[in-house]
Amino acid sequence: MVNANGAPNGKCLIRARNLDKSYQRGGEQLHVLQGLSLDVDRGGFLAFMGPSGSGKTTLLNLLGGLDVPTSGSISVAGDEITAMGRSQLTAWRARHVGFVFQMYNLIPVLTAYQNVELPLLLTSLGRSGRREHVETALELVGLPDRMNHYPRQLSGGQEQRVAIARAIVADPTLLLCDEPTGDLDRRSADEVMQLLGRLVDEHGKTILMVTHDPRAAERARTTLHLEKGTLVEAGRRAA
Amino acid sequence: MKYLRLIWVNLARKKIRTALTVGSFAVALFLFGLLIAIRGAMNHGEEAARADRLVVINRASITRMLPISHNERLARIPGVKAVVHATWFGGVYKDERNSFPQYAVDPEGLRAVYPDYLVPEAQWSEFIRDRQGCIAGEVTARRFGWKVGDRIAIKGSYMTGVFEFNLRAIYTGARSDVDTTHFWFNYAYLAERYKGRVGWYVVRLADPGDAERVITTIDEEFANSAWETKTQTEGEFGNYFAKQLGDIELLVLAIGSVVFSTLLLVSGNTMAIALRERTGEIAVLKAVGFRDGQVLRLVLAESLVMAAAGGAVGIVAAKAACASLSGLFPGMVLYLPSGELAVGMVFALGIGLLGAGFPAHAAMRLRVADALGRV
Repeated sequence: MVNANGAPNGKCLIRARNLDKSYQRGGEQLHVLQGLSLDVDRGGFLAFMGPSGSGKTTLLNLLGGLDVPTSGSISVAGDEITAMGRSQLTAWRARHVGFVFQMYNLIPVLTAYQNVELPLLLTSLGRSGRREHVETALELVGLPDRMNHYPRQLSGGQEQRVAIARAIVADPTLLLCDEPTGDLDRRSADEVMQLLGRLVDEHGKTILMVTHDPRAAERARTTLHLEKGTLVEAGRRAA
Repeated sequence: MKYLRLIWVNLARKKIRTALTVGSFAVALFLFGLLIAIRGAMNHGEEAARADRLVVINRASITRMLPISHNERLARIPGVKAVVHATWFGGVYKDERNSFPQYAVDPEGLRAVYPDYLVPEAQWSEFIRDRQGCIAGEVTARRFGWKVGDRIAIKGSYMTGVFEFNLRAIYTGARSDVDTTHFWFNYAYLAERYKGRVGWYVVRLADPGDAERVITTIDEEFANSAWETKTQTEGEFGNYFAKQLGDIELLVLAIGSVVFSTLLLVSGNTMAIALRERTGEIAVLKAVGFRDGQVLRLVLAESLVMAAAGGAVGIVAAKAACASLSGLFPGMVLYLPSGELAVGMVFALGIGLLGAGFPAHAAMRLRVADALGRV
């Protein structure tokens, strides 16, 4: 079991125990995660590194409730998400998790504003309440002047910042980032990492990030290495 | 309401595809509407028929005439309230293409037998007074731009010569399915030419329940004479003509089935392609918290909007086509009953739902982790 205490005096936010995840591929059983246990404190900034196929993204998907483990349990902020049904899990995700993907995954026919507004459509907020939240999120990522731009009118770095705004707009408990700098040039990647760092430091967000990029991983407080579905090494840096 | 934008942007992202799909629904509903209208027109005699009218024709064939002396004998038969005789004229107004039904009638009988043709009292009086007077239905009058008082010259077809009529009245229908394409003139004007013969009689009954007895009485009255009759209710008479054109119901059903089946495939295919292209976006929606049911409803709503838009366009086009075609074919009243239009619309919406059903279900069941992995 790895205890990834990202923040000083942190309180445990995620508790994963004996996670196994296997897939059936043809006649073969693929064990992607094997007996993985992990604790993550609130306010932590974790980077998962490891070779392709080591189970990083699978772990992130399990922790974010996008997938369910073959066995084992995960609780986030006291919610046992592995015991939840599909629809409960969706509702939980809407409330507690923000996702940032490598390819940004913005909806091309919606403006930056409308993309960021998407998670808020699921809330009881009215139009003006949503506007307030969206503007705040876009300001936080430094794009208040791009809210009416479509994704095709933005650079890769700007698109990713819009995606981060979408991830944080509903004020989730947890931010999960899968290769957030994987498709960006160095400068944009630095900007994005700087932004994620600020979200942790200034806004107390908990971020779990999968990355192949050592420079991106350096920004995290803790780096965990996965190999063949198990955590093999934990690195810790000062906040 | 807040999801309307999502539905709209998804429809607007591939405008040509959306327009073509909406167009498919429009064409289908247009065809459906037209078929219904044609079926209605074919069965018009039967549908618009009143239960209290009988048609009396020559037993040998409708093309053979009957003597005008039958008029009085028919009027004397117990249970007969009124009688009118009518004789086909079939002339040409200016051009062969300008065909419309023209009949020589007994004006007094016409009014007594056909209360569903509405004529202003003053115009009726003028018509009665004028031996060369005529009445035209509003569709025909509108078609040729006629006004009351116009002089109309019609060239005879089987009767040589050009005959001039004074338009004394324009009639309207008491109901929307009343044929307003007819042109009637006073029999007296051409009585000499018809030589005491008329085409057929229409009898109005005092009691519709008495039809069977009166039919038998009429035909017995003229049995074993040189002018035997065949009497039918107006509905049977109309149906007889419809049957000459084949089984319209079967035709409508067959064409309608082909059209709607094709539409189902088109709409299903369109939605399947559209959703395959948006797999990643659907995964993102679900990742941010859209529930399965919400995704399902969004997809179905898209399809329903296309079906509704196409259906509405098709119905409007069918109505316009019916309005403009109504005057072109003699005796053919093309009208779209609201009930049947509603059925067509329900069909279109049903097909929209059914076509999108499978892709929408697939979108609903989409596993986010798998879908994001494919993107």
